[in-house]
Amino acid sequence: MFDLSRRQFLKLSGATAATVAVVELGFNPNEAKAQANEYKIARASTTPTICPYCSVGCGILVHVNEEKNDVLYTEGDPDHPINKGSLCSKGTSIRQLYTSDRRVEKPLYRAPGSSEWVEKDWDWTLNKIAEKIKKTRDESFVERENGITVNRTEAIASLGGAALENEECYLIAKFMRGLGATFIEHQARI
Amino acid sequence: MTNHWNDIQHTDCALIIGANPAENHPISMKFVQKAKERGATVISADPRYTRTSTQAHIYAPFRSGTDIPLIGGLIHYAIENDLIHKEYVVNYTNASFLVNEDYQFNDGIFSGYDENSRSYDQSTWTFQTDEDGNILKDETLQHPRSVYQLMKEHYSRYDVDTVCSVTGTPKEDFLKMAEAFCATGQVGKSGTIMYAMGTTQHTVGSQNVRAYGLIQLLLGNIGVPGGGVNAMRGECNVQGSTDMALLFHILPGYLPAPTGTERHKDLASYNKNETPHGGWWNNRPKYLVSLLKAWYGDAATKENDFLYDYLPKNSRNSSHISLFEAMYDGDIKGMLVWGQNPIVGGPNTTKEQKAMENLDWLVAIDLWETETAAFWKQKAGSNPESINTEVFMLPACGPYEKEGAVTNSSRWKQFRWKALEPKGEAKADAWICHNLAKRVKKLYQGDNSTKGNIINALNWSFGDGDYPSNDLINREINGYDLTTGKTVLNFTQLQDDGTTSCGNWIYSGVYPDAGPDEEKNRAKDRDNKDTGMENYLNWSFAWPLNRRILYNRASADLNGQPWSDDKKVIWWDGETWANSYDVPDFAAVKAPGTPAEPGAPALAGHSGDDPFIMNAHGHGGLFAPMNDGPFPEHYEPYESPVPNAFSSVDLNPAVVIWTGDYNEKGDRSQFPIVVTTYRLTEHWQSGSMTRNLEWLSELQGHMFVELSEELAEEKGIKNKDKVVISSARGEIEAYAMVTKRFKPYTIRGEKVHHIGMPWHWGYMGITTGAIANTLTPHIGDANTMIPEYKAFLGDVRRAD
Repeated sequence: MFDLSRRQFLKLSGATAATVAVVELGFNPNEAKAQANEYKIARASTTPTICPYCSVGCGILVHVNEEKNDVLYTEGDPDHPINKGSLCSKGTSIRQLYTSDRRVEKPLYRAPGSSEWVEKDWDWTLNKIAEKIKKTRDESFVERENGITVNRTEAIASLGGAALENEECYLIAKFMRGLGATFIEHQARI
Repeated sequence: MTNHWNDIQHTDCALIIGANPAENHPISMKFVQKAKERGATVISADPRYTRTSTQAHIYAPFRSGTDIPLIGGLIHYAIENDLIHKEYVVNYTNASFLVNEDYQFNDGIFSGYDENSRSYDQSTWTFQTDEDGNILKDETLQHPRSVYQLMKEHYSRYDVDTVCSVTGTPKEDFLKMAEAFCATGQVGKSGTIMYAMGTTQHTVGSQNVRAYGLIQLLLGNIGVPGGGVNAMRGECNVQGSTDMALLFHILPGYLPAPTGTERHKDLASYNKNETPHGGWWNNRPKYLVSLLKAWYGDAATKENDFLYDYLPKNSRNSSHISLFEAMYDGDIKGMLVWGQNPIVGGPNTTKEQKAMENLDWLVAIDLWETETAAFWKQKAGSNPESINTEVFMLPACGPYEKEGAVTNSSRWKQFRWKALEPKGEAKADAWICHNLAKRVKKLYQGDNSTKGNIINALNWSFGDGDYPSNDLINREINGYDLTTGKTVLNFTQLQDDGTTSCGNWIYSGVYPDAGPDEEKNRAKDRDNKDTGMENYLNWSFAWPLNRRILYNRASADLNGQPWSDDKKVIWWDGETWANSYDVPDFAAVKAPGTPAEPGAPALAGHSGDDPFIMNAHGHGGLFAPMNDGPFPEHYEPYESPVPNAFSSVDLNPAVVIWTGDYNEKGDRSQFPIVVTTYRLTEHWQSGSMTRNLEWLSELQGHMFVELSEELAEEKGIKNKDKVVISSARGEIEAYAMVTKRFKPYTIRGEKVHHIGMPWHWGYMGITTGAIANTLTPHIGDANTMIPEYKAFLGDVRRAD
């Protein structure tokens, strides 16, 4: 789940994670905070995250029972230089992002004209979507227009990304442009 | 943000406009409070008395859509009362530049306008030059064609009485605001402007931001601690997703996306037309070629123009509104939606939902069944039998069920580690994209047609695992020296000859100088020691080059010394700038006073005193071409309760007007009330990430509309009544919240009511309610096409 160096550091500090580079810099978290955290999270693993809501970028600690793969508790990260442990009502609620029984847990498919979802497996779903992408792309691809090489499809659109991570956004931008899509937009516009 | 969250504490005056951080960025208010404790003045300018207003010393109400009069009034006040930071203005901005004799402005229209295309020929919006191409200047700022004098003349029309009659701001409140904010023009003082979507979601949104830039340059507030123009962004990674170019008009790192025009027909044309001689963007060809090497790998060679031809070239503006208009017209057949919910969040949602019925297939990737995923259901008002769209709903991971980094408003790229295994069969968006890309590539195996070649050439080397390797993605984004196989130190090492690759040049440096076995992802840095002025240089990685305050050369005077000791960020110690509290925003070896090399490209053409390195001339652009003019000018919103007081031109003459179904425009005779939308602490955007959580649903359980006691009295509406809000696009129901936070405005002598409502609700989730965007129009800003959600016309009545 985590890499070894990070795990070891967590055990040492009892509070937060760090990279090898940070250890080399002599980073030494506040021990009082560390002890307090260790008591509260005894036998739990603690992982730092960044709040998924607004863009202040507050640090949050996620305490997990690894055996049960369950979130025990979340709290503001006291070591984070922006929020220093404090959170707003949204940031305080992120445990429920995992514990909610409203999450979609399997791929769902809705056939043309149907009034319901049907559960599907990932293989079937991804294969079918890949075929749709290829078919639409093949039918709409324009290589040249007005004497200029354009190599695009305007029949496939991609929307979204502001809630994703940079690495994900990079992959999507690359894949969509690779397909030739030009209708690529997300929340920043609206 | 030019600056960063922690830096707000260093301000002497915070002007918070078009934003309500106490509600929408609550933790940021810690730094506003810290500034207050140091003696700073806080101003809240907003149509409604908000949670932020309660924390302000000065509250300046103004009608939504009148930022340019308000800020134009500040510009006028600063100039007329000689409150500008003269040394800064003369040396660091283009105030002294002489403008082309043919540039003109008459009755709301700048020179070069073409009514048929609703666009400008900008060829007169230029500077006078000598025979060698050097810009002519008058450093006394007295020349009638100097930017300063033209600006002074332009804003002479924005006197306090005209301004207040248009904005509805009480004159004494305007003057209090002007006095407090313009006092930051004193040498050694700084003022910050904090803004959000209340600024940008207008037909003049870009010019609203430009107006903030103008006043900040005049007061010497850019580049200094406690200063800046600071966009408070709305989602945890909307900065990063923008940087990564999930927008039609750019490639990663703000390279213009190529278009299907002569300008961009091949690599040479693109480079010729998109590469200025002066300033940092002179390096653009290095970034484009390195991007092509990252995307097409070994297949991209000098001989084939690094496969520039394979980049798609668009035929039109493809922004959000255009996208849904094209979908409505049947041009778009399939769509992938990654954690977005346009059926609640998009403008004119009735039209956007109708448009989706034209899709052959839709892929909705989210943690929840959103309104967008469920658009075909009866509860959406649809008839499923008549909708033939195939819909795939893919379960996505929550934020701590995967690993990767997000970039906050401060431009800090912060890593999120994975805390536990995903819920059910949920997968990260990265996994979904990776596995779709692999499958599509497989379907094209052996296909030697052009479209087959293009997808086969796409370099997709993210490891052999089920998940793409996060480490390899970050190395690719940072870029490689392809001759050694190590990652580059940063973007200054990138080349245009194919020897380097880089997925996004502005993030180059996040994974510096690493061999295959060295892990160096600086987004994981967590040393929270204050390295000076709370810049925290060892906490995460800020683009570009870990710089925390942009244009920071301007924080020091011509001798390289900070304007004041308590606003210290970089300084010249006699030999270098490098021993500073921040990464200098220019060559650290260039001493103050170093002359520019005449005619030299890139930064060699800048002196040691030119802070604005992205601009060709190195100076802050008081006069700078945009689609709708080189100076911000007031135009009324698309739907407005009054004609324009500043000219006979009511609507921004450079915006695109959409016609056709569902695009009715409301008239003030039928819809007399100004309507705006806003957000609440307890919910987030379209509500999918909050209306599905128990606590937040309980805290804010109902859709409402907020209206003044005076309007409620006129309409016979009581608090908590069910009311109908209407616009030319439709009607919705909500509970009335009668408050003192809205007051009727007096606009040009007439009473104008103003109401507002949150836009978080929809028909899915624990708490449900009407979609506010049923009411908003398809009309966008002249530069960005950001929809005008924040000012439109409507009416309100009791539901029974």
